[in-house]
Amino acid sequence: MTIPISWYLLLSAFLFACGVMGFLIKRNIITIFMSIELMLNGVNLSFIAFATRFGTLDGHIFVFFVMVVAAAEAAVGLAIIISVYRTRETLNVDRVNLLKL
Amino acid sequence: MKLFFWQPWLIPLLPLVGALINGLFGKRFSKSVVASIALFFTGASLLFASVHAYTLLHSGADALETSYGTWIRAGSFAADFGIYLDHLSLVMMLVVTGVGFVIHVYSVAYMEHEGGYYRFFSFLNFFMFFMLTLVLANNYLLLFVGWEGVGLASYLLIGFFFQKDSAANAGKKAFITNRIGDFGFLIALFLLIQHFGTLRFATVFNIASSLPAETTAGLLTAIGLLMLVGACGKSAQIPLYVWLPDAMEGPTPVSALIHAATMVTAGVYMVCRSNAIFSRAPLALLAVAIIGALTSFFAASIGIVQTDIKRVLAYSTVSQLGYMFMAAGVAAYSASIFHLMTHAFFKALLFLGAGSVIHGIGGEQDMRSMGGLRKYMPWTFWTMLIATLAISGIPPFAGFFSKDEILWQAFSSPHGSKIFWAIGIITAFMTSFYMFRLIFLTFTGEYRGAQQDAHSAHADHGHVPHESPWLVLAPLVLLAVLSIIGGWVGGNRFEHFLAPVIQKVQTESPRLQVAESAAIPTSEHGEKTGESKALETSLMSISVLVAFSGLGLAWFFYVKRPELPGKIAAASGGLYKLVLNKYWIDEVYSAVIIGPLVALSRAFLWQIVDQKVVDGSINETATAVRGVSHVVRQQQSGLIRSYAGWIAAGAAVIVAYMVWMGTR
Repeated sequence: MTIPISWYLLLSAFLFACGVMGFLIKRNIITIFMSIELMLNGVNLSFIAFATRFGTLDGHIFVFFVMVVAAAEAAVGLAIIISVYRTRETLNVDRVNLLKL
Repeated sequence: MKLFFWQPWLIPLLPLVGALINGLFGKRFSKSVVASIALFFTGASLLFASVHAYTLLHSGADALETSYGTWIRAGSFAADFGIYLDHLSLVMMLVVTGVGFVIHVYSVAYMEHEGGYYRFFSFLNFFMFFMLTLVLANNYLLLFVGWEGVGLASYLLIGFFFQKDSAANAGKKAFITNRIGDFGFLIALFLLIQHFGTLRFATVFNIASSLPAETTAGLLTAIGLLMLVGACGKSAQIPLYVWLPDAMEGPTPVSALIHAATMVTAGVYMVCRSNAIFSRAPLALLAVAIIGALTSFFAASIGIVQTDIKRVLAYSTVSQLGYMFMAAGVAAYSASIFHLMTHAFFKALLFLGAGSVIHGIGGEQDMRSMGGLRKYMPWTFWTMLIATLAISGIPPFAGFFSKDEILWQAFSSPHGSKIFWAIGIITAFMTSFYMFRLIFLTFTGEYRGAQQDAHSAHADHGHVPHESPWLVLAPLVLLAVLSIIGGWVGGNRFEHFLAPVIQKVQTESPRLQVAESAAIPTSEHGEKTGESKALETSLMSISVLVAFSGLGLAWFFYVKRPELPGKIAAASGGLYKLVLNKYWIDEVYSAVIIGPLVALSRAFLWQIVDQKVVDGSINETATAVRGVSHVVRQQQSGLIRSYAGWIAAGAAVIVAYMVWMGTR
């Protein structure tokens, strides 16, 4: 018995929505950061689901790319977070608003 | 195939080269270099013009047309850079280059002590370029370029002494008055394009000559009248003549070249050039004659009481131009051009002579402060006397022949009338009177400038009148010779010479033209035998008599009884005042036209259209943009999460849309 693809997609959409919600609601940068990872993984799940469903490798390759980018992003992002914390002594995004007019 | 450089396009272009060299680099040159450059290019142009005139006359052709490529092409309409050399443009070309060169020579010495020497010669050459473009163009559009160009040159040269307010204003007045005329001319050109599809002379005249003469006002009449408006502006005719007297603010050689001999005759040239159109529009022709006759009379009457030597000549020019228009208006185009030519000689001479006088007595222009100059400057006196005899129409000087031809044509032409002839005769009398008044006031009696000079403290102003240098006198003598012999060719022979230009278009088919142009002179001669010959002789003797009586009256008033003019002026009171103030025309214009125009411009165009509509629309646009921006700016909060929210909302909208599209 195979699980229908729509289940995978629903789970993927759920994970993505969770990520979006977390991104929008949370104030802590680290939590926001994790929400982004969650969104990426939600997308990854739908890629894998389609790849398995159609029996091709394209989806896998996309997922690898996303993971590589996510890893790089995590490294850069964490570095930025650390430097933000060092200069601002807070991780609340609402207070990191130098770009605001 | 002749050499490319041996072609007529060089005639107008040579002065342009001179103008460019002097205009761009002249400041660094010495005066003699500037003068040599200007003289060289004008002289070369004269030489080329003579060569091409010779070529044309010996080729036996009626006209040589050369095109140097297309200038404008728009749909079916095309205008060329083309040169049209026929007997009419040949006469004009030789007058322009000949008189122009002589005046250049004169200016070398005359302008010696003025600032902006190189500027003057650059402008003068610039004028020559446009004037030659005007007379040599093979289509109306190129003619119009020359037409505007000479207007520009005229503006620049009238305002040559631009530090003087009056000169700058006179320049503006000339330019703006001419704009009114040009507007009419431009509409005439548009009508030509619309109905004839071309502006090329040969084609337009061919089409026009296939049309029947209009008995009522029609298309050709409209075109003719609009052209007349343009000609009125350029040639200073009623009602647009007001700029010419003011144009005397320019240096005297400019008055001689532009405002007497050449540019102001452009209108006459244009009317004669367009004779194919005018001859088929009797109403337009009548308007030309009426305007010409009125102007000649009107301007001559003003000339009688003017005291500024150059203004007398200016009004005299307006009056003589009126003569030319009257001749053109009775379809005596050749008489008109004949007078144009002789007038160019003697009026240029009069202006140059006046310049010599003004120079000799240290800048004074009022004739009341002159007098007795004959013994100080005999050369100037004799040459000016010759010109005066010529303009008064006393045989055997040039003006007699052309003026007599005009009067005869005004009397006898099918378009003419005895009224025109009568006005012409009265004008001739006034012309003779005011010209000899000028001569007597200036050259006879005692010098009246001396006492005033004794009063003034300036040592350099108190100098005795002296004769001008030979470089000024040589042009005077040359023009004096031309003023004597210039008319000897005779009206009939001149008419025969211009017959290809005038007659060609009056025949129905081009093939008939040879027969007809050959037939015209004989019929003319046949006509003039018998009683009409006697009539012509008696008319001629009347005009000579009138010229002499003008002379006599001037002598009586200004030599025999010099106290009389003042008494008569006092006795006639209002009339004298009216004429002295030039019939208040300038004041009337400024009250009726300029005043309301300025008021309207200020109240409506400036304060409403410009400030409210133009500026207002810009300001309102800016305000509206700022208002909208103020609203839109709110979303640019600088909060990353709000941006993310927008992105998420946008994505959600797109997804919703796609889902909706999918389920539909």
